[in-house]
Parts: sequence; structure tokens; C-alpha cells
Amino acid sequence: MRPTLQFLENELKETIIAEAGVILAELGVEVQNPDVLALLADNGAQVDRAQQRAFFSPDLVRKCLATAPRAFALYDVYGEPTHDFAGDNVHFTPGSAALNILDSETGKMRKPTTADYVDYVQVVNQLEHIASQSTAFIPADVHERISDSYRLFLSLLYGEKPVVTGTFTVEAFAVMRDLQLAVRGSADALRAKPLTVFSCCPTSPLRWSDVTSQNVVDCTRSGIPVEFIAMPLSGFMAPVTLVGTLVQHTAETLSGVVIAQLACPGAPMLYGGSPAIFDVRYETTPMGAVETMMTDCAYSEIGKYLGLPTQAYISLSDAKLLDAQAGLESAMGATLAALTGINNISGPGMLDFESCQSLEKLVLDNEICGMSLRLVRGIEPREDFPALPRLQELLQEQHLLISAHTRRYLRQEHYFPGPVIDRANRARWLEEGGLTLAQRARRRITQLQDNYEAPRYASEIRRELVARMEHEARRYGQETLPERPE
Amino acid sequence: MDILQEISRYLQSGEDKQVLALTEQALDLNLSPGRILQDGLIRGMAVVGDQFKNHEIFLPDVLLAAKAMTGAMERLKPLLIGDETPLLGKVVIGTVRGDLHDIGKNLVGIMLRGAGFDVIDLGRDVPPEKFVATAAAEKAQVVGMSALLTTTMPVMKQVVDMLRAEGLTHVRTVIGGAPVSAEYAREIGADDYGYDAGSAVEKIRQLVED
Repeated sequence: MRPTLQFLENELKETIIAEAGVILAELGVEVQNPDVLALLADNGAQVDRAQQRAFFSPDLVRKCLATAPRAFALYDVYGEPTHDFAGDNVHFTPGSAALNILDSETGKMRKPTTADYVDYVQVVNQLEHIASQSTAFIPADVHERISDSYRLFLSLLYGEKPVVTGTFTVEAFAVMRDLQLAVRGSADALRAKPLTVFSCCPTSPLRWSDVTSQNVVDCTRSGIPVEFIAMPLSGFMAPVTLVGTLVQHTAETLSGVVIAQLACPGAPMLYGGSPAIFDVRYETTPMGAVETMMTDCAYSEIGKYLGLPTQAYISLSDAKLLDAQAGLESAMGATLAALTGINNISGPGMLDFESCQSLEKLVLDNEICGMSLRLVRGIEPREDFPALPRLQELLQEQHLLISAHTRRYLRQEHYFPGPVIDRANRARWLEEGGLTLAQRARRRITQLQDNYEAPRYASEIRRELVARMEHEARRYGQETLPERPE
Repeated sequence: MDILQEISRYLQSGEDKQVLALTEQALDLNLSPGRILQDGLIRGMAVVGDQFKNHEIFLPDVLLAAKAMTGAMERLKPLLIGDETPLLGKVVIGTVRGDLHDIGKNLVGIMLRGAGFDVIDLGRDVPPEKFVATAAAEKAQVVGMSALLTTTMPVMKQVVDMLRAEGLTHVRTVIGGAPVSAEYAREIGADDYGYDAGSAVEKIRQLVED
């Protein structure tokens, strides 16, 4: 039996969805993009162009939900399947898109560079419990107009895993699609085997900007899956109650579903988000707050109830460094998210309210993810009945360390975290240097960097990726890209 | 591939039947039992020991290799003659008097045998006199003692003192078990401390090499 967590009764889900429907029909959503408004108007939405508002009837929402896929897959750069966004399958991806990284040497936060991003990709490429890359932070050593596409470029050049990403502008979409085409070879191949998921964020309350609404349309028409990241803030930009926040989140996310499905019926989507409570003491949006995590889990329940695969920003921390708070908030989030069956869990590596990535935390979180993935595999009998022969064997052999049963099931039954999480006895720990968690994490990063192997691309793919990125940079007056490792 | 290398390789993967069959073949090829032991089995176990220490393999893998080693050893032991005694050394082990906890000690025994030591396991609740008498009679190089209780720890010191009093100063002593530590080993005059079975084997190996 897979252990699952549930916060909402079906009756409450129905009520929340119905109330969200009333909001979409009565208040509508603001869409600051005339083309998208026209698309909505042409396909059954009521549109007030002067106010830039679109109103969706419950029937229209139902129609859009009916064309939305209940599942879809992602594939790595070689076209091998890596993600099955279906049922309660769980996949982890690093939190994104931070403005800063935590410097390993100084322990201080700073702006990241190309070299930092390459380090990150090389590490995440080898983390066994992190299923995809995300464009986790924003290199500050390139022109800001290419800072979104440049992340994807580096991810595809150095990494093999699919990428959770997004654009900051309407214009950047073209090159971000073309970089994927360089890897896949054709538009049809990309459509058949998606390589990325683009995060598309409505603005609370009930608003789609020109850029984000256009991104939804562009992605869906290119067969690129999208995840909707609505961010209602309980008590500030959303009702203070969790149910009230859920109603608003549902309305905002369903508005994304409508835009996507009217732009391209059948477009793959994740019912996602990044809601938070608003901490009225510090004026912050704590991702490590238990109520934030409860809201995440609850909206995922609503998404699944509507028949959609889900996503959430959860299993990250608001701590400023790799301390106990970082571990406990991330582990609590990863555990709750995995139990809920959130399909794409965005969080590992992230600190400080989604603003700072840490490689040390990422390698620790990888092991937390490993534990969470073990947790949801649950407890089930494996040749355990009848129990008598096993106990007879134990009494006879004095131990079961090399029993055939042990050898068959050891690695399925027991997950062995490490080397960041420490399970050595004290004497061994001391003998091996008495390293702190941060030091063990640092050592792990060095090992991974030493073991890194670049993707096995044909040289023309590599050349094409570079050519497309250089061309994009030149459009904004940047003649050369920063130096990067071969 | 050289047959001794093959023995080493199958030993590392814990395949006892192949190790025994290859040991027979090596004997048929007139390789000396000492060489088979040293360059095939013990060499393979050394790799296993390193891999275990580096977390590349787990305890069951070590014990499987140890089992394969023990099986081949039984075949070779009667053939080892005269000064051809390439076993790594002879170790007397036991859980000290008053203590019935022998899980850790048993593990040390399995791993010592697997590593190529001749092991005399006195079991549990072993009086100090028995450790000393056995070490003397068997010409053991090392006595290994285990205790889980703080109340039985002091028996280890009695053994160390008694060995000294009996003039067996060349016999090295190693202790282990949850309540003891490297510091306690120093305090009671024991030569070393193993924090787990793998570490005990390594410490004993170092002591007999010195």
C-alpha cells in the first residue's frame, strides 16, 4: 500500500472548485495581452477588452479540463524517458530560479556566474534522486535579456536530464524553443518527447501579465508542457484562511488551464503553484511554514481531483545557511509532498524564500529526497510468509546477513543515504576527519565534479547550441559569451 | 586471465563455488597452496576490505566473500606445511566474563577468518584465565575481547594484566564493543580498539604486521 496524505474531503474539494468557478465567472481574470484576450473571446470566454478581463463560465472550464491530459512524460537529452507525471508518481527538481547562490568558500550569499551554473549542472546531473534539472539560478555575468535562455543553454550543453525552466520575456521563447530543437532535431520530435517544462506564473490576485499569458500560448503550441505557478499569499494577497487561499489558487490555476487548452487542446500541463502564508511579523513569504506546505498539498489534491498531474514549490527552506532549520524545513516539505503524491516537487537546494541556491544543500536534499521516495514505496510483504523458515534460518545461522532473502531485498527494503547524511559510529566519524555536514556536502560536490562526464552529443548538436546562443547574445549587444569549461 | 587473479575476482563477488573450483584447478596446475592463499584469496579479500571501507560495498558483500574465503581455506589448510604458513596470523577472540552479548564478536570472527586469519573463538562469558591459557597454548599473536556492558568492561583489564603477568608480552590485545573506546584501550593498556568489525580486522592486521 502506498502511504498517502489527505487534507480535504471530496465534499470540500467540490465546494472549493465551485467557489473558484463563481470567481472566474463573476470577477474573471485580468489578461494584459490583447492577442490572448482575442483567443479567449474567439473560443467561448466573455471578454471585456477595455478592462482587459476575461470571464470563464463553469461550462468553459469543464470543457478545457476535459481536453487536458491526465498524464504525460518527460525525456532526457537522448530521448530516454525520465518522468511519468501520472497517478501519485513523485519526481524531485531543484528549486528555481534564485537570484543568488551560497558561496561554498565564504559561506556568504552572492550573485552567481557562468562557472557556478556549470558546477551546478555537473552536480545535479549525477544526483540520483533529483529527476530533472531546473534552471535553478540566474547567472549575472550575461546580458539580462538573455539570462533566461542562457540558463537553458548551459543546462542542455552540460546536463542530460530534462529541464524545468521558464522565460522572463516574450522574445526569449523563440531561442529557448530553438535550443531544444537543436537537441531533439525537429519540432515533431520535441512534441513527441518533451525535454522541458516551462513555469508560467499568474500574478495574484487573478492576473496574467502580457509575458506570462503569451508564454502559455507559445509553449502549448510548440508542445512544450507548462506548469502553472499561482502564488496567493494568505492574509495579504489572498484570504488569511487556508481554504480561502485554496479557492483563489484554484481560480488562478484554472484560468491557466483555460488559456492553455483553448490555445492548444490537449496541451500537457501540471497543476502547480507556489502559494505561501504571509508572515505579518517580518513581511516575508515563508516556504518553510507548515501552513504553506499544507496549502501545497491541499491544492495538489484538488488538481488530482480535477484529473491533472501536479507540481509544487515545496521541500525548500527559508534558512540563510545550511543549518538545522534548512534541513528540517526541507525534509518536512519533501515528506509531505511525497506522501501527497505531488508529481513534480520543486525545492531541493533552495534557501532564503526561493532566492538562494546552495550546492551543499542540494546534495543534502538529494538524500532527503531518497528517504522520501523510499517512504512512499511503503511497507509490503516480500517473501515474508510463512515467517517460520526465516526465523529457523536465523537460529541456525546466527545471523541473516548473507541469507538469500537478505541479498534479494536489502537494497529494495533499506535506503542508504550518504555520504552527506552521517551514520558512522562516533569513533569512525572521528577517524574519517570528524567532518561537519557542510564539509561532507562540500566533499561530495568535489567527488561529483571529478566524476562528471559531459553529455554524449554529436559535435554538430553542441555547435548548434553554441551558435544559437551566441546569435541570441549578439541581438542584445553581447558579442561573446563568458568563458566556460570545455 | 591468470588463475589467481580469477580466484581473487570471484572471491570479491562472493561466489564460493567458483572460488573453490578454481582453487582445485590451481592445485591441479601445481601452484603451491601458500601462493593460492596469498596471491588469490588474501589479495581478493584486501580489495573487498578497501571497498567496504570506502562504502562501495556493504557488509553482506564482505561476509559472502569471507564465506568463499573460508570454504577455499578449508581445502588448503591441510596442505599448508612447514614454514609455509601464509595465514595472516592467529587470533583468540571472545566476549568477556559476565557478558553474553556476542553479535559483534561473531561478526569480528567471520571477518577475521575471511581476511585470512586463523581464529579461535572462545564464545561468550569467557573467564580471563581462558583467554590467557588459550593464547599461550595456541601461540596466538592477538587476543580480541568484546563487551557490551559497562559492568563487564573491567574484565578486559584483567586479561591484559594477566597476559603481562604470565610473560606473554608479545601477545597483542584489541578490544571492542559499545561502551569501550580508544581512550579506554589506552587506559587499560590494551594495544588497540576497533570501533566496528571492519575496523577490528584492520587494527589486528596492523598489529601483526608491526
